Amino acid sequence: MSIDLALALSSAKPAGKRPYFMDPPLERVLNILMTTVQELAVTRERLDTLERLLEAKGVFDRAGIEAFAPTPDQAAERGLWMQEYLNRVLRTVQQEAEALQTRDELASEEVAVEVSRVDA
Amino acid sequence: MDGSPDLKNAGPAQTYSGPPDYRVVGRHGVFPETTHDEIARLNFLAHMNRHLATRVMPAVKTAWEQRAGPAFETREGRPPKDRHEVRKALLSDPYYQAWSALRRATMEQRQQAGRWTALRQAETLAAKVEALTTTGDRLELDPTLPIPRYVSAVDHHCMPGSYHREVFPGDVSGAANYDSGIFATTGGALGRFSDGGGHAVVNWVKRSLPDFRPRHILDIGANLGQNVLPIAQAFPDAEVIALDVGAPMLRYGAARARSLGVENVRFIQGDGSDLSRWPDGHFDWVQTTMTLHELSLTSMKAIFHEIYRVLAPGGIVLHVEQPQYGPDMPLFEQAMRDWDAFYNNEPFWSTMHELDIDGFMIEAGFDRANLIHGGVTAVVDRDVFPDAADDEGEDYGRKAAWHVIGARK
Repeated sequence: MSIDLALALSSAKPAGKRPYFMDPPLERVLNILMTTVQELAVTRERLDTLERLLEAKGVFDRAGIEAFAPTPDQAAERGLWMQEYLNRVLRTVQQEAEALQTRDELASEEVAVEVSRVDA
Repeated sequence: MDGSPDLKNAGPAQTYSGPPDYRVVGRHGVFPETTHDEIARLNFLAHMNRHLATRVMPAVKTAWEQRAGPAFETREGRPPKDRHEVRKALLSDPYYQAWSALRRATMEQRQQAGRWTALRQAETLAAKVEALTTTGDRLELDPTLPIPRYVSAVDHHCMPGSYHREVFPGDVSGAANYDSGIFATTGGALGRFSDGGGHAVVNWVKRSLPDFRPRHILDIGANLGQNVLPIAQAFPDAEVIALDVGAPMLRYGAARARSLGVENVRFIQGDGSDLSRWPDGHFDWVQTTMTLHELSLTSMKAIFHEIYRVLAPGGIVLHVEQPQYGPDMPLFEQAMRDWDAFYNNEPFWSTMHELDIDGFMIEAGFDRANLIHGGVTAVVDRDVFPDAADDEGEDYGRKAAWHVIGARK
């Protein structure tokens, strides 16, 4: 039951009208971004803990991470991952660029009217 | 040994001056359990607060001096006449907006992080608190006590539920959230048990009033008792009353005190403006620590009158607060210190800091010749924690350096 409470109430709004310092939609994005930044720090700290525990158990040497040099195949695999990643993250920019290059594009709402005409 | 650094040990810890890892926090029998990632979340927030205060906020002054201030004078043909005009002019400056939005976001993230931790174990915490408070007379609640408007109107520090609301009967999650998260808000500047203010008051009293032997002590607005426990420990023969309007805080505070082995504090639910359960002259010492700014003008005046009445002749009252806004304080600094009043739900903060507190104490009955003024900084374990006395920076209302305003009856 406590987990349900936490899910329902941990992000609750405090009583009192919230001030906005920027355009509210912009500040909304900033708020989401800062929480994402926080969660990245949490993941980074967890990774650091993991590395230090593995090193303490003699599984590996953290200095090995700094000295690591990928083979050409490994480098290519990682490069491909990075390309795919950027492609995914910057999806919206690519779509904006494609839209710039498209003339006379119709919105689905316009097509909805068109395909619903009795005489079409 | 000559004090020169031992190079063998000259790791990053030698030069590190940021907030300590959260794991040094003081834990007691009702402190919420924290996972690795919950701790990492609070570590991030402690750093974020420090970063905002030391790296982001200083340039707000530059933005004011070079941009928002000159723009105001050009527009109005005169300099701003008060701090409110400064703050309202700053609101249209993009840098002030960015700093403010980040600060507000950080406050909300801190509440979210602490509430998640406290709420997911709310029932366990309530059971632990109940087990520690069902016997004895260290806790006395009054469900009929009206919650004053100055507490109920907006949630202080953007803390959902504030000091008084509970999610189910016996819930203490709000108090557990407050207790476990304050370390992140202050970057550890209040010490392991967030009691650096209480220790500071004790040190000040022992140094300034070496012959003072209080037997009856009252702390008004005691919250979960974090600042009154050091007082109770320093005067173990005294009977100490921790008074607050918020039942969840008192319940949690009584359990916390018991688990820390402090037995001479009674946690009582009551309003400082009505101390009629105690006769005239009952207390040797009445203390408020960061309480006045959370009141209202009428309640503060009523509380001052009650304090005077319940103090014994020769007894003292001490109020610990951030510095007052005097004519010597630049309007820009006043405007910055007002941020928490308007954007972090501390509605009396602004007015309280411009009031003539001395005048109100005299009106309550104290003699001007017996007023007390001093300054204190948080007393912390300096091997682990940043010490406000060494800190030349200013965080406009958040620094662990306070003024003491008081009086002897």
